[in-house]
Amino acid sequence: MDTPIIELTDVVKSFGPVSVLKGVSLKIYAGKITALVGDNGAGKSTLIKGLAGVQPYDEGEVRFDGELVALHNPREASRLGIEVVYQDLALCDNLDIVQNMFLGREEMEHGTFDEGRMEREASETLRSLSVRTVKSVRQKVSSLSGGQRQTVAIARSVLKSATVVILDEPTAALGVAQTEQVLALVQRLAERGVAVLMISHNLVDVFQVADYINVLYLGQMVASIETAKTTSDDVVGYITGSKTYSETSA
Amino acid sequence: MSATITSQTPESGTDLIGSGQDGGVRDQVTAYIQRVRSGDMGSLPAVAGFIVLCVLFTTLSPFFLTERNFANLLTQAATLVMLAMALVFVILLGEIDLSAGVTSGVALSIFVVLSNPGGIAMNWILALLISLATGLAIGLFIGFFVAKVGIPSFVVTLGLFLGFQGLQLIIIGDGGLYRIQQPQILAIQNSNLPTWGGWVMLGVILAIALTTALLDRRRRARAGVPSRAIVLLWIRLAAIALIGGVVIALLNQNRGTGFLAVSGVPIVVPITLVILWMGTFVLDRTKFGRYIYAVGGNAEAARRAGIKVIGIKWAAFAVCSTLAVVSGIFSASKVGSVDAAFGRDIVLSGVAAAVVGGVSLFGGRGRLINAAIGALVIAVITNGLGLLNLPGGVNFLVTGGVLILAATVDAVSRVRAGGSIMRR
Repeated sequence: MDTPIIELTDVVKSFGPVSVLKGVSLKIYAGKITALVGDNGAGKSTLIKGLAGVQPYDEGEVRFDGELVALHNPREASRLGIEVVYQDLALCDNLDIVQNMFLGREEMEHGTFDEGRMEREASETLRSLSVRTVKSVRQKVSSLSGGQRQTVAIARSVLKSATVVILDEPTAALGVAQTEQVLALVQRLAERGVAVLMISHNLVDVFQVADYINVLYLGQMVASIETAKTTSDDVVGYITGSKTYSETSA
Repeated sequence: MSATITSQTPESGTDLIGSGQDGGVRDQVTAYIQRVRSGDMGSLPAVAGFIVLCVLFTTLSPFFLTERNFANLLTQAATLVMLAMALVFVILLGEIDLSAGVTSGVALSIFVVLSNPGGIAMNWILALLISLATGLAIGLFIGFFVAKVGIPSFVVTLGLFLGFQGLQLIIIGDGGLYRIQQPQILAIQNSNLPTWGGWVMLGVILAIALTTALLDRRRRARAGVPSRAIVLLWIRLAAIALIGGVVIALLNQNRGTGFLAVSGVPIVVPITLVILWMGTFVLDRTKFGRYIYAVGGNAEAARRAGIKVIGIKWAAFAVCSTLAVVSGIFSASKVGSVDAAFGRDIVLSGVAAAVVGGVSLFGGRGRLINAAIGALVIAVITNGLGLLNLPGGVNFLVTGGVLILAATVDAVSRVRAGGSIMRR
């Protein structure tokens, strides 16, 4: 097994007296899909906010490609190529696909937008992800379906050489066909060598695409398993706390 | 540029995902109709309303379609056009500035008190700059409370709307009135370009439109993405030349009533056009403009994209208040004086003008030209009803009705297109 692109060791995070992460360790590998599951309040969101640099961890080590790094703010995270696709997508309905994908990092020439270049790069990124559902990159996001929006949000994250993409509930609120499309897109991300961390409540999705499954239970990582070596029943048990994972039982 | 992306994509522009720029004229027309049908009408209803109203008033009053009234209409509208354009900057954020009118009142009061030859007699250019700086300072003041402290702009600017009336009263003095003494200020609304000046203005407009369009096409060609069929550019330029030509030809007719010949484009027109062009340039082509739309569309998304939302809001209020002072200068030039009630009544008409033109009060949608057209519609109503000698109350009733009608057309078109009104 090669070095993980991200390795968290014993990270701790508390909000006042409430300790949300009580020494969590996690490994994410390039080209692999790592699922993070857990019930509400298990600490999933806190864990990814730490990785995104939005809410830095209190204690613990973060290694990026083996090197010890600090993630104190979003800029440091994005410099390392860590991108987060939030559950509520964070797209502007009133802007078109190109404008959304380049929001905050527009290509400029002589102080004004280089629209042609942005249009081309957006189009190429979508095409490299084999996106066929979008007719025009100049469509307003308000006219897109839920699956297409998710597609745009994911494409936005890989527009600028992302190494790690964190997806927060990418298939929540999507129909069956759209879920399939988005999962296929997630797999293509991994095939391109991106390390994908997928947070999901939907175990069917997790078992369909994930290479590894990590289970958070009340702020502790109770299981880190290869998908092939476990079952849905076991994972439900870990999530609810009714089963305990040990290396030997796997 | 990502190596992972480019390495996987062959260097051919042919199978790029459509950009809305590709295809022939027919495709473009179909796409436009499609956009309109899906509720993205822009200022189409306002333009239609403008034409209908003009036809209506032409049939009802023999004075409406005369050179004199036409020039009159433009100068009457100028103040409202400018104010509506100022308000666009904050309305795009989903905010409002109810104090825009009294801001111009305070700024112009300071101007007349400082520049009045019988009083302080300051150099009028310096006084004007101080007046504009006052607008900027007021905008920063509002922006501080809205963006930094987080008070709803409605409340902050309502407070200022009340407070500034008092401030104005204190500056001007109870019942006081200052006449504008500077011929240069009065000239803005009361003097005209020489007849050749109008044609030069049209030539400059066409040259700028042509140059920017050609530069855009070159940039797109270099990036390898398609541009619109060039014939559409020629059609656009021809339309500008035709409409502009008719307007200038009309304004170049003698419209004087006495012995003196009065003709030419009022000076306020080129000033307004320059500000319209600069504002549109900023909103369409620079980060500041794009981020205003982004914050208005989804402030949280903008924040996560690394946009400094507070700074953008702050700056937008500063721009709005400064341009509101420009609108006040137009008004002072037209009226010829500044009193303690200057600018008090106009702000809601400015908001109405923006909405009639198709600027969404929910933020994120609308352009400066929309607000300008909306202001022209409202000015035509005031002007036309005035010519018909109807009682003054009718004007307000009709203007209010048009506002509600415009908002309804907008809402219905959006609901039909399947979107909810609140979302956009």
